[in-house]
Amino acid sequence: MRKVYLDNAATTRLHDEVFAEMLPYLKDIYGNPSSIHSFGREARKAVEEAREKTAAALGAEPREIIFTSGATEANNIAIRGVARALLQKGRHIITTAVEHHAVLDACKALEEEGYRVTVLPVDAYGMVSPQDVADAIADDTILVSVMLANNEVGTVMPVAEIGKICRERGVIFHTDAVQAVGALPVNVDDLQVDLLSLSAHKFHGPKGVGALYVRKGTKLKVFSFGGAQERKMRPGTENVAGIVGLGKAIELATTGMEAKVSRIKAMRDKLIAGLLAIPDTRLNGHPEKRLPGNVNISVKYVEGESMILSLDLKGIAVSSGSACTSGSLDPSHVLMAMGLDHQTAHGSLRLTLSANNTEEEIDYVLSVMPDIVARLRAMSPVYPGKE
Amino acid sequence: MRFAAETGTVMRREIMRQVYLDNSATTAVLPEVAAEMQKVLLDAYGNPSSLHTMGVEAERIKNAARRILAEACGGREEELIFTSGGTEANNLAVKGVARRLKRRGRHLITTQVEHPSVLYACRALEEEGFSVTYLPVDGTGRVRLDALEEALQEDTLLVSVMHVNNETGTVMPVAEIGRLVKEKAPEALFHVDAVQSFGKLPVSAGDWQADLITISAHKIHGPKGCGALWRRAGVPLAPLFHGGDQEAGLRPGTENMAGIAGFAAAARLALAEQSKRAAGLARLKEFFLRAVFAAIPDITVNSPKEAAPHIVSITFPGVKGEVLVHELTRWGIYVSTGSACHSRRADPSHVLLAMGRTPKEIEATLRFSFSPLNTEAELEYTVEKLQQAVAHLRRLTRRK
Ligand SMILES: Cc1ncc(COP(=O)(O)O)c(C=O)c1O
Ligand SMILES: Cc1ncc(COP(=O)(O)O)c(C=O)c1O
Repeated sequence: MRKVYLDNAATTRLHDEVFAEMLPYLKDIYGNPSSIHSFGREARKAVEEAREKTAAALGAEPREIIFTSGATEANNIAIRGVARALLQKGRHIITTAVEHHAVLDACKALEEEGYRVTVLPVDAYGMVSPQDVADAIADDTILVSVMLANNEVGTVMPVAEIGKICRERGVIFHTDAVQAVGALPVNVDDLQVDLLSLSAHKFHGPKGVGALYVRKGTKLKVFSFGGAQERKMRPGTENVAGIVGLGKAIELATTGMEAKVSRIKAMRDKLIAGLLAIPDTRLNGHPEKRLPGNVNISVKYVEGESMILSLDLKGIAVSSGSACTSGSLDPSHVLMAMGLDHQTAHGSLRLTLSANNTEEEIDYVLSVMPDIVARLRAMSPVYPGKE
Repeated sequence: MRFAAETGTVMRREIMRQVYLDNSATTAVLPEVAAEMQKVLLDAYGNPSSLHTMGVEAERIKNAARRILAEACGGREEELIFTSGGTEANNLAVKGVARRLKRRGRHLITTQVEHPSVLYACRALEEEGFSVTYLPVDGTGRVRLDALEEALQEDTLLVSVMHVNNETGTVMPVAEIGRLVKEKAPEALFHVDAVQSFGKLPVSAGDWQADLITISAHKIHGPKGCGALWRRAGVPLAPLFHGGDQEAGLRPGTENMAGIAGFAAAARLALAEQSKRAAGLARLKEFFLRAVFAAIPDITVNSPKEAAPHIVSITFPGVKGEVLVHELTRWGIYVSTGSACHSRRADPSHVLLAMGRTPKEIEATLRFSFSPLNTEAELEYTVEKLQQAVAHLRRLTRRK
């Protein structure tokens, strides 16, 4: 059976060149970066080179990069780290209703510890308004966290504008850029961010490794304890091969990005147009300010989960929302925040592309989709087309 | 597959012999392990949380790994939580239990010779209002059971003791500790850091009456950056961080799938050969010790006779350990002065201090740690270079 992978927002396939770069650090150069002998120093050098590549891709300095086990951890270190460090200054945090659970749940945990959290609403496209951010900032606000691009609907947030506001008001600004790396230009100075999270497996690197950018001078309180690794911000023997993989992957993802992106965008637009040709469908998310690889549609009278399974039988891998909660029965918090009703939210389908996809694959998806929808609608008790 | 990037290293290695004797700091990934990792990285690359076939396949791989590792600890599949390594697993165990049970009590017990990830987690808890007893050890590094008995209180939440010490190889009497804990403070939970023993000595939640066990992949020829916490069903735990349903919400974040697959493959190999590997390591250690004693006068071995088979700590009076490490590196021999995460610090080993060694003795101490990949020929070569280096450095010291 042919296989079409359209779940690249959940995770991506490792790039062959990334694997080639990682392999020596598993087999031959396996020293512990903390060891003082030259065997350890070679591993240390590899980690530092990856740090340089990561910093270069973001327009940052190497010492502003902390490697982590992924973006969930990076988001937690950022949010809880700032909250704990600035306890004396205030206890107010601002975020949006459509963040990843790593941000929302970290904020919720702080709320239980006595912090005040403002969760800003979004418009029908999933967009937050910079004015709302400005209005929400109070004297005791210590942190604003707004994602750069949404993982479910692909909406690209006005992060640079928000960054400017935060800087003027002297508030630390964090952005979850997990979905944006390799898809949009991500420069920490252009965005005016103080903290930025990313995760390798979203841009053809390995799972289980990520990074947090921490602007020089930003105070963070440590959260896990042990060795002196990552300037004590993130102790534990480094995932050397993973870090090397992240460095290579971010280098590959950010070089020649424009050409890759325009190819992906063309496939995305073809896919969107083809899917919207099916009656009673709608596009979720912003029509223009959206990730180049994101398609999110709602198909009326059909459950998203049924479509996933039907497409899976055709060898096509897609999802209905974010992967980490795809087992749950609750409708997507992102779609609900955008004002969709339960039924429309439940009928949503996310197809996310990468440079590995081909136009032929898009044609294949579009060739099987109308039948699948028709069949599922025929079985649906709520479908008015039935006699 | 491309090996081009490797050639540089391989060539250099032919020029200079390389003997890696720092296996308690970290180990090489075995080819079989790398092959398993490759599969997950390049073929079965789905996200285990996804509903489609790729996701289901990833979930299956993860749970098969979970079963192997949980059973290796003497537990059940659903009781194991994957983490980013031993450090995180230790933090999760110590802080997770304390924070979750803080209404029941505020007292924890550990030893003075634990890995920094346990010690610093305890210190952080002290700042949060917990009280911690750091048990002393005897001259061999074994925790004093009388001190434990005295320290156990009715409201003690957790006792955390390592199985094998990473600097000396000293084996703690974990089964006796478990018995004592459950006798004197039945409600207290017992955590064992088994990072240095897993795959080398039997690890048994049942025999130890342990409630939590920490393990790490890179000490058993698996990849760095992957570990696990086994936790008996029902043991309460608060997560270190938040944001996803993975690992039952106790450890959210997309899983390090290659690491997990590699960990399981490494464990499978280690367990299948555990007694053979242990016997081989014991032979290597004995061979090494005999050769060192024959070649170099005036040395003390800090590791007790009954220590784990892969670690030996030796003091070479009159020599600076750090200088000796560099001297041996020139011959392609890699050893360390203590634990790797300490090696960049100037302060003397807390383990050897707790064992009653003086800072001067500690400064003159090296740790040699073996793996089944080492050979007697490598050890002969090491002892030869060691003898020359020690003699040379001692002459210099005397001249001063
Ligand atoms: C006894 C012990 N516990 C914990 C750890 C930490 O494990 P990891 O390096 O996987 O963070 C180590 C090794 O560094 C160790 O030797
Ligand atoms: C926007 C966003 N933030 C954070 C994460 C979490 O990253 P990780 O899977 O590396 O923990 C994800 C993906 O899962 C994401 O899409």
